[in-house]
Amino acid sequence: MQLTQRLGAIGYRLLQAVPVVFGIIVITFMLTRALPGDPAVYFAGPAADERSIAEIRAQLGLDRPLPVQFWSYLSDLVRGDLGTSISTGQPVTHELMTRLPASLELTLVALLFSVLIAVPLGVLAATRPDTWIDHLCRFIVTAGVSLPTFFTGLLLVYVFYFLLGWAPPPMGRLDILYLSPERVTGFYLIDALIAGEYATWRSAAAHLVLPALTLGLFTLAPIARMTRAAMLQVLASDFIRTARSAGLNRRKILLSYAFRNALLPVITTLGMVFSFALGANVLVEKVFAWPGIGSYAVEALVVSDYAAVQGFVLAMALLFVTLNLVIDLTYTLIDPRVRLGD
Amino acid sequence: MTAATPLLAIHDLTVEFATRRGTVRAIEQVSLSVARGETLGVVGESGSGKSVSAYSVLRILDRAGRIAQGSIEFSGMRLDQANERILLDIRGREISMIFQNPRAALNPIRPVGRQIEDVLLQHTRAGRSNARNEAIKALQAVRIADPEQRYHAYPFELSGGMCQRVVIAMALACRPQLLIADEPTTGLDVTTQKAVMELVVELSRERRMAAILITHDLGLAAAYCDRIVVMEQGRVVETAPVKTLFQAPQHPYTQRLLRSTPRLDSQIRDLLPEPHSAPVFPPHGAPLLEVRDLVREFPVHGQTQTVRAVDGISFTVHQGESLGLVGESGCGKSTTSAMLMRLLDVSSGHIVFKGENIAAVPAARFAHHPLRGKLQMVFQDPTDSLNPRWTAEHSIADPLVRLSDLSRRQRRLRVQELAERVGLPSNLLSRFPHQLSGGQKARVGIARAIALDPDLVVLDEPTAALDVSVQAVVLNLLADLRADLGISYLFITHDLNVVRLICDRVMVMQAGTILEQGPTEQVLSHPQHAYTRTLLDAIPHPP
Repeated sequence: MQLTQRLGAIGYRLLQAVPVVFGIIVITFMLTRALPGDPAVYFAGPAADERSIAEIRAQLGLDRPLPVQFWSYLSDLVRGDLGTSISTGQPVTHELMTRLPASLELTLVALLFSVLIAVPLGVLAATRPDTWIDHLCRFIVTAGVSLPTFFTGLLLVYVFYFLLGWAPPPMGRLDILYLSPERVTGFYLIDALIAGEYATWRSAAAHLVLPALTLGLFTLAPIARMTRAAMLQVLASDFIRTARSAGLNRRKILLSYAFRNALLPVITTLGMVFSFALGANVLVEKVFAWPGIGSYAVEALVVSDYAAVQGFVLAMALLFVTLNLVIDLTYTLIDPRVRLGD
Repeated sequence: MTAATPLLAIHDLTVEFATRRGTVRAIEQVSLSVARGETLGVVGESGSGKSVSAYSVLRILDRAGRIAQGSIEFSGMRLDQANERILLDIRGREISMIFQNPRAALNPIRPVGRQIEDVLLQHTRAGRSNARNEAIKALQAVRIADPEQRYHAYPFELSGGMCQRVVIAMALACRPQLLIADEPTTGLDVTTQKAVMELVVELSRERRMAAILITHDLGLAAAYCDRIVVMEQGRVVETAPVKTLFQAPQHPYTQRLLRSTPRLDSQIRDLLPEPHSAPVFPPHGAPLLEVRDLVREFPVHGQTQTVRAVDGISFTVHQGESLGLVGESGCGKSTTSAMLMRLLDVSSGHIVFKGENIAAVPAARFAHHPLRGKLQMVFQDPTDSLNPRWTAEHSIADPLVRLSDLSRRQRRLRVQELAERVGLPSNLLSRFPHQLSGGQKARVGIARAIALDPDLVVLDEPTAALDVSVQAVVLNLLADLRADLGISYLFITHDLNVVRLICDRVMVMQAGTILEQGPTEQVLSHPQHAYTRTLLDAIPHPP
């Protein structure tokens, strides 16, 4: 009964997302057209005259009235066709399928790194306020938010690649010597393992370290801050006093009582950090020549590549809808008071 | 009772807190002792250091607190010098504690049974295999019905009384020798309070356990303790057996405290330290508020039928009259007051105020109704009902700004006049709520309510959060205001002793209906309904 209830609630939540996604489709469609810049002019090249531009415009279907263009966009969309990018000539669906996993892999590894550092750091800082660990936490948090990612990225490249030579050149996801593993998930670390290509895996991992570290240092700050604040608040609450008066040991109090209660705000922050990291890692992708979705979107936007921009925004919207659902589901697992249907 | 070696002996204990403004002494040279099987009451008002004393025994003071002087001896062991490892074994196994606000005292996201298990496992009173059974037994011991089911319940699924039973089950699971109860029934209904206290007394008698009951309620301490320690501002001022304390209080503070605690036969002026002439109320006038067949239904989540929070109540408040509305939590008191104040729409029924049926005005539009200013409210929590970023003057002037056309200068004068009226020194007007005491905040709330010369003030438990001596003063202030200004009151409370002092008539409410109403004296001395008798019986009385 509980499972069907939960599945029903998930279905209802997904249904609620439909109008949101439709709204996003309409707004991106309108916005891309409202932007300055004419893709026909760009496509025709610098030497084109009026007539050839008009020809290309008709070819791209851009001479038709907006509602007609929108309708044909929608009917393509229903068939899973996001159109073709005019700057690369590739289908947008294909580009997104290769680039999105690259970004996701980078972001997830970076988040994993920052969670592994930030959460214990925040917990320690909260349990020992005003000691050296608290000051260290404050220092790392301040440094993490105040250093721009392109700077940390360049610094890491300079030290670990140029000076020490430990890291591979910051040129994409793999050494030129390796072929990308057979595509299953698009995550090289996983695909290489599935294919059993351990050398490829090592190369992919080595290429991931510096960009993930760069992004991780940036996302570490909000997570550590929130963990510390949430832990401090929970540790001051009545039920911790009860647990102490009942003689429960420190470990039990910290883990079963305090930390689980402090998790909720931390997970909320994690969701937010994930969203902005995914959108904002353009700079990291640029520094490390990472073939991700952020740099793709920026390039598409510059040349008014309608199909690519629309595809990107739609993919992000769907990703966020899923992400929010996952976060809400995690809530219900942690806190019995939260119910999905409400 | 007073055996040669007491179970717990605190000697000259001084506890200091490091604050931003230097060291503050929370308690000073406190000495008290508890013998095996004895129940000791520690009585005092807020800030007297009762809780700090208790926390020092278990050494669970905040990080900033530290024992500066004195000794705490338990069964021949110096707790003040014990290390953390020894203390872990003492806490919960030898000395246990239960707290105020039981729901907050439990981990909100762990099933209650598991929380009891945690304690049992910690003190090796149970192993992995039988922990669950032992936890269910502990729930049984505190008379929780259906313990196997309740084992899986989360605190938010249980009532306040049930939560307190769980906290008690946790505290007693390892059969400690001493139980410290810190305001265990504050915030619970009187009947629940009675059940919880009787459970504690019964269990401690059965297990020959000593107990310390920390409370602000002298009546409660008198009903359940052998001896009482009175504390004031961090010091013990008097220690005596219950009878002696009530018959011949030695210290002036004890005398004052006894005076301001309402009793069966006290008059409102008796509560004050100095004698005052009794207030003279103007005779009651025409009906001011007539409520007829008032109903409020709420939809139930996932069900088609609705629940009736208020189920067809009728009553009348006359001009200059004070009507009491008594009932336990969940009986519909607050829903009723929200409807009267037109914060909540009615499902059906009439609210005729000054000849107009205001139930017909939608709640959303009543703020602009001409009668809005004639109907005011004073809320239960004097702190939460004031905007923390507004000064006292700003708060009092707020209704004047919104509903009167006084000029800025006239408003200033009016606020001064109101402050004087409610006994708030005018130099406090520029202060923010956190810079005022509980009593002063209550005065601000009252001044705000009477700013527009209302005809009816709804008072929702206005003194529930106050110390008895402050309550005494506020109740007298309310009586004076009614005598001088001829305001009518609807006084909502759970405290029948307060009703006795301040209401002409009283209604008893349960499950959305009014069981009986009549003149206060008659209802309280000759209750017609069994529920009214239960309520009256549950109030602990000073001897």
